[in-house]
Amino acid sequence: MAKTIKEINEKIEKGEAVVVTAEEIIDIAEEKGIEKAAKEVDVVTTATFGPMCSSGAYFNIGHAKPKIKLGGGRAYLNDVPVYTGFAAVDVYIGATALADDDPRNKVFPGEFKYGGGHVIEDLVAGKNLRLVATAYGTDCYPRKRLETLINIKDLNEAVLFNPRNVYQNYNVAVNLLDKIIYTYMGVLKPKLGNANYCSAGQLSPLLNDPYYKTIGIGTRIFLGGGVGYVVWQGTQHNPTVKRKDNGVPQAPAGTLAVLGDLKGMKPEWLVGTTMQGYGVTLTVGIGIPIPILNEEICRYTAVKDEEIWAQIVDYSEAYPQGKPGSLGEVNYAQLKSGEITIQGKKVPTGNLSSYPKAVEIANTLKEWIKQGDFLLSEPVAYLPGPETGYTFKPLKERPLE
Amino acid sequence: MISKRIVLHFPHRLVDQPIVCNLVKDYELEFNILKAYVTPREEGLLVLELSGEDKNYEQGIQYLREAGVKVQPLSQDIIRNEERCTHCGVCVPICPTGALVVEPLTRKVNFYDNKCIACELCVKACPVRAMEVHF
Repeated sequence: MAKTIKEINEKIEKGEAVVVTAEEIIDIAEEKGIEKAAKEVDVVTTATFGPMCSSGAYFNIGHAKPKIKLGGGRAYLNDVPVYTGFAAVDVYIGATALADDDPRNKVFPGEFKYGGGHVIEDLVAGKNLRLVATAYGTDCYPRKRLETLINIKDLNEAVLFNPRNVYQNYNVAVNLLDKIIYTYMGVLKPKLGNANYCSAGQLSPLLNDPYYKTIGIGTRIFLGGGVGYVVWQGTQHNPTVKRKDNGVPQAPAGTLAVLGDLKGMKPEWLVGTTMQGYGVTLTVGIGIPIPILNEEICRYTAVKDEEIWAQIVDYSEAYPQGKPGSLGEVNYAQLKSGEITIQGKKVPTGNLSSYPKAVEIANTLKEWIKQGDFLLSEPVAYLPGPETGYTFKPLKERPLE
Repeated sequence: MISKRIVLHFPHRLVDQPIVCNLVKDYELEFNILKAYVTPREEGLLVLELSGEDKNYEQGIQYLREAGVKVQPLSQDIIRNEERCTHCGVCVPICPTGALVVEPLTRKVNFYDNKCIACELCVKACPVRAMEVHF
């Protein structure tokens, strides 16, 4: 019997909803079968906690006296540049931004000790940040320079707005060269010295809703320890990649753009992150509830690590040169065993995405829902699925002449 | 028999003295140098695995202390900041001695400081900078 989100919300409000994590539903479905599990369970909570570079925050700092127009000028928070191409006192800081005088990779591999991701973590932690801004001055905004401490509690709006998070599956990164390489997938030791992956696998939101049947625009989520929303498909959304019979993509596929009130978030779930020799980013904690509307959706959420497959990609040559091809396919149960076999060689694995933290998020969201504090929202529109033909296109370079 | 990983801090006046060789000559101790350097303030730092008979080991350590060398266990110097660690596990294949291991059931990363040789490879590979060196 099919359920509606409205019916599930009524149960949540009465404290009667049955809520389990995407890990727990696996055993329930195995013991009781999909039909019974779909009847009994109302919500499955999914989660992920990994580095997500397309993240950032915008805020309004309020007007100084006399007024200054940051738009068209320059502004820095703790020396990290923020984007000022908006109105007078709105700025956006991106997770990968670096101070102008950061040595970057001049001494290789660069250390990247502090950048946009760390500024966001410090802001959410309630620390004072140094704002330094210069502007050209106008009749209505005469001031040309501003230096002040700012604090999140004094900002008018502070909003986390991430254009691409929650990748549906990801590559397993390896290095075929005979020298160490430093990538956004971590340090890769020479000649298949390690294999790094980045997904919560069976707990990951879009791997539990492979065709975006419940997660859509307007879905209310756990974002950085507070409440947020899915606002669009993420950039590079690519639903048309190859899928297994269970519908799960075998390569990086769907993505989400998410937004939420930064003032309600916690630094524990928005962590400034450094990838040696690569740059800075932000590790973001996201939890998404999936309403068990019918047996089909229940079956999707019961997906296990051994049923989710990822491609092994060489990051010394194939990835940087944009050459297609995979060195093989492995599942997340194999990856989580700590060792996989590539070209006959046993290779130790490392995860960039924290599974224990994802479990913690899924359990936190479960408690919020069980206590009636968090109601599910009905998507106002759905994300482009494989049937739409929507794809992630490479850049076509053209001469300027 | 006893075998311990220790950190020796040599004051400036001892940096050019042959001290460690006396541990072999006079106390019949074996050592394996894990790390050695002289700081910009010209103090010496030596990380050793030191093994031998219990009594000889104690006397050897006593000799070092009397000579003016500061001795402390290695486990006090490489520390995991538990608040920062997210237990992602990307450090696990980087560690050459198996001091960082994923616990299969919880998938949390255990740090066995008795296995750590202070190579510091994990320090920069850790995305949230949870591994700290306090030499």
